[in-house]
Amino acid sequence: MDERTAGGGLPEEPPVTSVESVFREEHGRLLAALVRRFGDLDLAEEVTSEAIEAALERWPADGVPPRPGAWLMTTARRKAVDRLRRDQTFATRLAVLQVEAERAEPAPAAEVAGELPDERLQLFFTCAHPALPAEDRGALMLRCLAGLATPEVARAFLVPPATMAKRIVRAKKKIHQARIPFRVPDAGELPQRLPGVLQAVYSIFTEGYTASSGPDLQRIDLAEEAIRLARILRGLLPRQREVTGLLGLMLLIHARRHARTGPDGELVLLEEQDRGRWDRTMIEEGLRLMPVALTGGPPGPYGVQAAIAALHDEAADLASTDWPQVVALYDVLLALDPSPVVALNRAAAVAMRDGPEAGLALLEELSGEPRLRGYSPYPTARADLLSRLGRNAEAAAAYREAIELAGTEPERAHLRRRLAALDQPGS
Amino acid sequence: MKYMLLINAGSVDESGGAADCDVQDWLAYDKEVKDAGIQVSGEQLADLVTATAVRVDENGKRTVTDGPFAETREVLGGFYVIDVPDLDAALDWAARCPGARGTGSVVVRPVAEFEG
Repeated sequence: MDERTAGGGLPEEPPVTSVESVFREEHGRLLAALVRRFGDLDLAEEVTSEAIEAALERWPADGVPPRPGAWLMTTARRKAVDRLRRDQTFATRLAVLQVEAERAEPAPAAEVAGELPDERLQLFFTCAHPALPAEDRGALMLRCLAGLATPEVARAFLVPPATMAKRIVRAKKKIHQARIPFRVPDAGELPQRLPGVLQAVYSIFTEGYTASSGPDLQRIDLAEEAIRLARILRGLLPRQREVTGLLGLMLLIHARRHARTGPDGELVLLEEQDRGRWDRTMIEEGLRLMPVALTGGPPGPYGVQAAIAALHDEAADLASTDWPQVVALYDVLLALDPSPVVALNRAAAVAMRDGPEAGLALLEELSGEPRLRGYSPYPTARADLLSRLGRNAEAAAAYREAIELAGTEPERAHLRRRLAALDQPGS
Repeated sequence: MKYMLLINAGSVDESGGAADCDVQDWLAYDKEVKDAGIQVSGEQLADLVTATAVRVDENGKRTVTDGPFAETREVLGGFYVIDVPDLDAALDWAARCPGARGTGSVVVRPVAEFEG
């Protein structure tokens, strides 16, 4: 088994066997091509798993075929046709499909040459269709594009497997019965539809970055799955700058993963992190993406957030971070996405540039925001600034509020330590 | 694939008709739907004050009442059934419907199909 089934947060990944890496690489592609051909997500999923099972039986004995993707595709397609033949209710549809298949049959020539048509982009847009509940979009992507089994998807979003199974069935039923099309939106619709796809990928990442509940702060496996999906997406939409921006953002944040937790899994804040433990290779890759994400037109929210992450990653320590530039970028971000969460982050950056008093004034302005009610970073930010101003009693109250609201034990432990430190003289 | 577009008015005036709807827009939309050759059926419902409800209890006794009137804000004002290839096409038609504007909304429901 690969790292997905190991406990979340393990820094070392066991090396994947070649067979497994083929499956991971081919699963989404295979599924997408089969949905395209047969117009049925359930059928496509079943024959994809069957083809992989067949490969698991055959390949260890016969060796991995020279074009494993084409082998899997041929096997899956045969299984799909067999299944449709057996199934009376599909008989008429099969007749239609066969006519269409004959008309479009030049396609296998490309498959013989080892190049499978890449239809994963259609699958991305299907999984992230706005007609589906937002909470199901990331789950469907993990299921269909990353090839995770339903119990693994359930584990990823920390819901019981039965609940996740129901959600996936419900989403697939809607795709099938309401006939959500398997297609890439045209150029006119793309600006409207792409953000939903990016949001779904980013929601997988953020669940990995800070789990909303559960024992571990980070779910490194999940964050890496999101990065893998973003890489695929970038390969399919190389000219969409926000795709590049999102990939850059995730790499620049993920580069800090090993420094974000202490020996006991506790949260370590940016200012306390050992920057020597940051992943330089990943930072450099993220930085290389920046010019692509930020030039050639007005920047999008992911590109701007990536630029902010880049400023943090490039700084030797907290004090030498280019705070005026960080604040300027938050101004741009706030214009693109005028949300109270962005305003909260901007206030924290202003506090670093102009001092805690200035930051606190901005936080007070946000006190009535309903979206920040119940959001632990808000009282945490207030508490930190209050303690820097020596207003310890108020800081303590804010830390207690944040502890109530925090989602994971490492976050709570961190906040308790900050609260305890308040009582010590000179803190 | 058939879809029903349920046109809900967001607010209703004193006589029970949908507020802020321009007759010209409706006529134009209706013509578009017909010209596109996708219309299966469609009706505008009479004003809400004309609605009557019938209920039958377990003894078969019939109760007829005036209404129901809107405690709910959304009031069904009419519908189209259209035949288009997929949900995106249906959503495009729903978005063009004057009833989707302002406080109104158009709910898109696929009509059940039975295979076999």
